[in-house]
Amino acid sequence: MNHGGFFEVPSDLQNTWWGLVGWQCELALLPVLYGLILALPLGMLCARFRWIYPPVLGVATVFYAIPSLAFFVFLIDYYGESDITVEIPLTVYSLVVLIPAIVDGMRSVSEDTRAAATAMGFGTLRRYLQVELPIAVPAVIAGLRVATVSSVSLVSVGMLIGNEGALGNLLSDALSYHRPLLAWDAVLSIAVIGVVLDALLVLARRLLTPWARKATAK
Amino acid sequence: MIVIDAVTKRYPDGTTAVDRLTLEIPDRSITVLVGPSGCGKTTTLRMINRMVDPSGGRILLDGHDIRERPVNALRRSMGYVIQHAGLFPHRTVIENIATVPRLLGWDRSRARARGLELMERVGLDTALAKRYPYQLSGGQQQRVGVARALAADPPVLLMDEPFSAVDPIVRKGLQDELLRIQADLGKTVVFVTHDIDEAIKLGDMVAVLREGGRLAQYAPPAELLSAPADEFVEDFLGADRGIRHLSFFGTEGLELTAEPIVAEDATTEQVRAHTIPQTPYVLVTDTEGRPRGWTHAADRAAGLPTELLPYGHAFTYGQDSLRAALDSAVLSPTGWAVAVDAEGRAIGVAAQETIAAAIRGAHATVGPRDSVRGVLA
Repeated sequence: MNHGGFFEVPSDLQNTWWGLVGWQCELALLPVLYGLILALPLGMLCARFRWIYPPVLGVATVFYAIPSLAFFVFLIDYYGESDITVEIPLTVYSLVVLIPAIVDGMRSVSEDTRAAATAMGFGTLRRYLQVELPIAVPAVIAGLRVATVSSVSLVSVGMLIGNEGALGNLLSDALSYHRPLLAWDAVLSIAVIGVVLDALLVLARRLLTPWARKATAK
Repeated sequence: MIVIDAVTKRYPDGTTAVDRLTLEIPDRSITVLVGPSGCGKTTTLRMINRMVDPSGGRILLDGHDIRERPVNALRRSMGYVIQHAGLFPHRTVIENIATVPRLLGWDRSRARARGLELMERVGLDTALAKRYPYQLSGGQQQRVGVARALAADPPVLLMDEPFSAVDPIVRKGLQDELLRIQADLGKTVVFVTHDIDEAIKLGDMVAVLREGGRLAQYAPPAELLSAPADEFVEDFLGADRGIRHLSFFGTEGLELTAEPIVAEDATTEQVRAHTIPQTPYVLVTDTEGRPRGWTHAADRAAGLPTELLPYGHAFTYGQDSLRAALDSAVLSPTGWAVAVDAEGRAIGVAAQETIAAAIRGAHATVGPRDSVRGVLA
């Protein structure tokens, strides 16, 4: 019996391998993006008012502890078997990494730099956008790397709610059709996507922070 | 003029950083706030640009309460330099310097041109314009900090221990540069330091603060040295304030003798003719007239082998202070100071006794206590 090549996707998924890869990236990256949009103001507040940081981080950690399956069961009533049902938990999970990364980034701005910015007449928002945030970029990208890679691998569980797991759907097909090669395909493809996205983030950091290349500069 | 009028800063925990401080800071001069840590000098400085708001009293800038203006507009009209420079690490040298002009809405090319102009003014090679702060030495960073503060040509310059974190040689260079820039630009500079020597070197007026933010004395530096208001100021000035006070007396009136100076190719007769009874030595100069060292006149005249004794260092007549002349005499093994002109040629020598007489004369013209006036002006 011919089960097809490594990259041949069973017809029940109604998709190509490249299609699944694109979908995987979308399901993984959009939650990280939403997470970043939520975490930027939250991180700024946590860095500015230290007392709210522990409760905010505590809530994020509690959400992180909720199994994704529980999330799905709850959300499926509202959004059905859709991308949104997968993306909401992943967004919430990313916060536990991104909020501390942004807070660390804010704290990496030296007191002298902050004082100089204030003394030169930067308002609070302008100081945040033009001084603190750019200086926080290395720490924020470090957080994005962890959030992205974990999101890429977490997407696969979407298969549990009816083929909403992109490449993860290959795993359920591998079980149903007794084709272990499909499982290898899913696992290796997801790993490669993780490595490539991570490398892109490292590249982005290098391009965004020419001022931080202390080790290599002469 | 900046008037600090009965200003107090008290924190919620009850500590008093500044206690009813009153100071008039004159325009176009350097006023130094000096004192031990905890004397409220930085707090006072930060109240001038409203980074700290006073709990009592008021601060006037050219007759207007500083609270009348929007805070960011006020700050943009005051240059601010701090220890470790506080440069923006993610911006190049030129972008750092152009910060305030850009905030004020200057276009990019005008701000850039201004930045390059300032780099030259503070003694930075314009080739460094595109470097990032981490690629600069501490002294260079501090120069960028000064350039950045001057960028929008603010009338007021606030400096908070700007030179404390660099080594002594670089610090001296930065201090000299500041005095040179100040001679050109005539800003109203308020300068905070814990280093009394720096205060005396830079200040036109020096305010000595004591712990708890109270004013101990406010006077020109020479007056501070000659007439400290109390024991605290005296202690703070240190043990050798008498010697340091001599920095404020010039050497232009010092009596020199050119008699015991001979060229190195002088004949026996010439050496004999230049020997004076007050000293057995003559100063030997090279063919350009620059001092080389002292030698024993009688031995030289007798044709005996002689060696040159080092003369320590010379002082530049009319330019250096009596302190430099005295130091020169003390260092010289013969007890005579060597005076040179601006080109470094020996023009005369002075004995310790002559310098001592000049010091007594200088003190007589100042008067021992009349300089206390104006302390509480």
